[in-house]
Amino acid sequence: MAEQTITIEVDGKKLEARPGQMLIEVTDAAGISIPRFCYHKKLSIAANCRMCLVEVENAPKPLPACATPVNDGMKVWTCSPLAREAQKGTMEFLLINHPLDCPICDQGGECELQDLSMGYGKGVSRFVEGKRVVADKDIGPLVATEMTRCIHCTRCVRFGEEIAGLRELGAVGRGEHTEIGTYVEKSMASELSGNVIDLCPVGALTSKPFRFRARAWEMNQHDGVAWHDGVGSNIHLHTRRGQLLRVVPRENEAVNETWISDRDRFSYQGLYSDDRLSKPMMRVNGELCEVEWQQALIEAAKVLKDTSAEKLGALVSPSATLEEMHLARRLVNGLGSTSIDHRLRLGDFRARLEKPWLGLKFAELEQVDAALLVGSWLRKEQPLLNHRLRKAALAGAAVMTLNPVDFLFNFDLAERLVCAPSRMVAELAGVAAALRVDTAGVQAEAGGGHQAVAERLKAAHKPLVLLGNLAWMHPDFSLLLQLAHNIAGATGGCLALTGEGANSTGAALAGLLPGEGGRDFGRMREEGMETLLLFNVEPEFDTADPAATAALLEGAKVIALATHRSPWLEAHADFLFPVAAAPETSGTFVNLQGDVQSFRGVVPPAGEARPGWKVLRVLGNLVDLEGFDYESSEEVRHELLKAVGEPVFDNGAFSLAGGGPRLSSATLERIGGVPIHNLDATVRRSTALQQTTDGWCSAFLLHPDTAAALGLGEGDSAVLRQGEGSLTLPVELDAQVAPGCVWLPTGVPGSELLGEGFGAVSLEKA
Amino acid sequence: MMKSVVHYVRSLFMLELWKGLSVTGRYLFRKKFTLNYPEQKAPVSPRFRGLHAQRRYPNGEERCIACKLCEAVCPANAITIEAEPREDGSRRTTRYDIDLFKCIFCGFCEESCPVDAIVETRVYEYHFEDTDKAAGAHIMTKEKLLAMGDKYEAQIAADRAAQAKYR
Repeated sequence: MAEQTITIEVDGKKLEARPGQMLIEVTDAAGISIPRFCYHKKLSIAANCRMCLVEVENAPKPLPACATPVNDGMKVWTCSPLAREAQKGTMEFLLINHPLDCPICDQGGECELQDLSMGYGKGVSRFVEGKRVVADKDIGPLVATEMTRCIHCTRCVRFGEEIAGLRELGAVGRGEHTEIGTYVEKSMASELSGNVIDLCPVGALTSKPFRFRARAWEMNQHDGVAWHDGVGSNIHLHTRRGQLLRVVPRENEAVNETWISDRDRFSYQGLYSDDRLSKPMMRVNGELCEVEWQQALIEAAKVLKDTSAEKLGALVSPSATLEEMHLARRLVNGLGSTSIDHRLRLGDFRARLEKPWLGLKFAELEQVDAALLVGSWLRKEQPLLNHRLRKAALAGAAVMTLNPVDFLFNFDLAERLVCAPSRMVAELAGVAAALRVDTAGVQAEAGGGHQAVAERLKAAHKPLVLLGNLAWMHPDFSLLLQLAHNIAGATGGCLALTGEGANSTGAALAGLLPGEGGRDFGRMREEGMETLLLFNVEPEFDTADPAATAALLEGAKVIALATHRSPWLEAHADFLFPVAAAPETSGTFVNLQGDVQSFRGVVPPAGEARPGWKVLRVLGNLVDLEGFDYESSEEVRHELLKAVGEPVFDNGAFSLAGGGPRLSSATLERIGGVPIHNLDATVRRSTALQQTTDGWCSAFLLHPDTAAALGLGEGDSAVLRQGEGSLTLPVELDAQVAPGCVWLPTGVPGSELLGEGFGAVSLEKA
Repeated sequence: MMKSVVHYVRSLFMLELWKGLSVTGRYLFRKKFTLNYPEQKAPVSPRFRGLHAQRRYPNGEERCIACKLCEAVCPANAITIEAEPREDGSRRTTRYDIDLFKCIFCGFCEESCPVDAIVETRVYEYHFEDTDKAAGAHIMTKEKLLAMGDKYEAQIAADRAAQAKYR
């Protein structure tokens, strides 16, 4: 059925519109500008700023364009004397209480009010009375407030309710006494909170880390791709004099809409931490010394050549660029080894996925009508995918979880199964049993909860079973994968995987998996390697099992390419090459829905660091490999993409080694995972992000009952023992944690002293 | 015809030359107005655009609020500013450099300043001991600018007051 259209006339121009559209949407599409403050296309209509008043035929008074639906034959004038007078009047009212000290305002130069007051404001204020003063609120380390500047457009309030799903900001008081703030003083906990900075049309909400650093006009804007999660949010990078000063979203409806997560927005701070690696280093007589590139590269190439192919391995960060991955694989393969892996946090190498991806397009997440999240706190793992799923949940989809922690979501969950990690396989098998599908050899009984989940999945038209990061790191991931696959198959649904880095989808394209006869990361740890090439891996925090990784590093010669120094790299590396971080190098990321997105380096690398692909290219030359004469990263990409052809992704393409559950139940089990702001080296070093409520609290989180049974109370110092490692931290009580468990993720300070993120541990008072 | 005859006669007797020489002759016998600089100095206008200074408020607080308008308006890109919140949360510069090799003394910075912080003083007697660019003698740093301001504040304030009605 062809869509019905009607015709309206704006400023004498005939425009096509759909019935029910608001006037401002039609004029925006036609490029007719109407001034506005409160209207935002992604938020509900409030019509409280009154700036968009326009004259409409037969209407006695000017009408707000954002809240006036179009009618057939409607005649509108956006800049008639009546409309202009109304707009100018509104502007005069807005400026009554707005301070006129643009020079000290951080929004100056990119302020919607400043811009519009140039066109609609009077040169001189007729208001002689004193202006309103509003106390500033402290709403956390990311957003700075100057509430006197607020014009009460309520965009931030609506954002909280409609997008972030947390009613954090609200309007208190009426009329001139209206104030925007948190009701009780607290910091914003939303992982998308930074977006209010972009939404605020004035300087009331601005970026705290960026505060007073630069003006809009002195920065250069570059296109980029966010380098922390598999969404691959499109971003603008703002630079000045070779320094990245801030990150703002770039609109891409298919990927990130108009939002980005706080992690993508503020992680740039990590690029300028004190421990950026800036000079190549080499171990001479047991001491790590700074050396020249040339010398270090030649020595490293010698080590690579002298290693038997059998005993050479490489670990590449899942957030490395496609080009770096391709060259790392070519280098290692060229030397005769196929031991290469990017699955640093995978808990169970019995499973091997050939071409993993999300399983569906991001936009399709909005149409899902039942979803089972297994081992996933999607909200903090992939904030923007969670936003898509939230839209589905608000439209009536039943979202269910199976997690060791009753994670807080920003929408209502239909069912929740909370259990100790060792029970997760059995619980998922219970759901499978309720659906009468193969339970992968796991003894399972379908209980009431399982039946309810199964029925909701069965009743859905478009169900989804999603394996999150906790599942990925689970020691029985292979069983979870098989069960999830069976359940998805039985319900006609989609099996989704969220991956662990910005480019885990691309890693499969680049063939970054152990080949014939090669060792995966698990076997490397078990069997040891003679020489290990690390690409952007911070071994103590980026791997699933730090204890085993330490043993692997101990026994090997380590050639590390890294952006930051870290204690373990300094202790174990024989060569340390500084490489450029994502905004400093050109490259390509493949996001979870398979979009191949390339970007350019926008700032020079720190110190003597070089783009990773160039370092790998030179190493390739020095070990005398053929075809390592690339002149640009584009050349590398073309070569790879030509070899790959049309990228195909399939979550069903996996092989399993078989075997039963490895994780057995214990009196006290550890729950691992990685917190949102401990994901990679740059994020971990972003001071602002670490200060947020999502920054890891450095404590053992326990269920109150479990703590009581162990004789521990809130704030008590306790020693956790796992294998041979031990860690002392205070105890915090959290009723969301499954009883009989202690929540201590990997990737957080202190976790490097322990082993795998799951398994039996003991906890006692220190 | 007539015109060319007049022109011929005028050029034959070098009339224009005598005209010019008569001016020279007149000034030859007038009272001399050459100044014996540096013992004697020429009067300077309150609008004179000499070496820059940064002013303070009477309570000692620096005026500059790091709005960066001067940096933006500078046609020679001579000004470089870096800013961040000071400990008390106010907006302040951490670096304010004027490159005197680039500066063309146009006075735009002074005109654009919303708080009268950056001004050009009457001082024109300065030189760089060290012409080596790397030494940075030609850079007016924030410290040097504030010191200039402190030294000449009375004169600066008097000049601004004298010119207030024209601004």
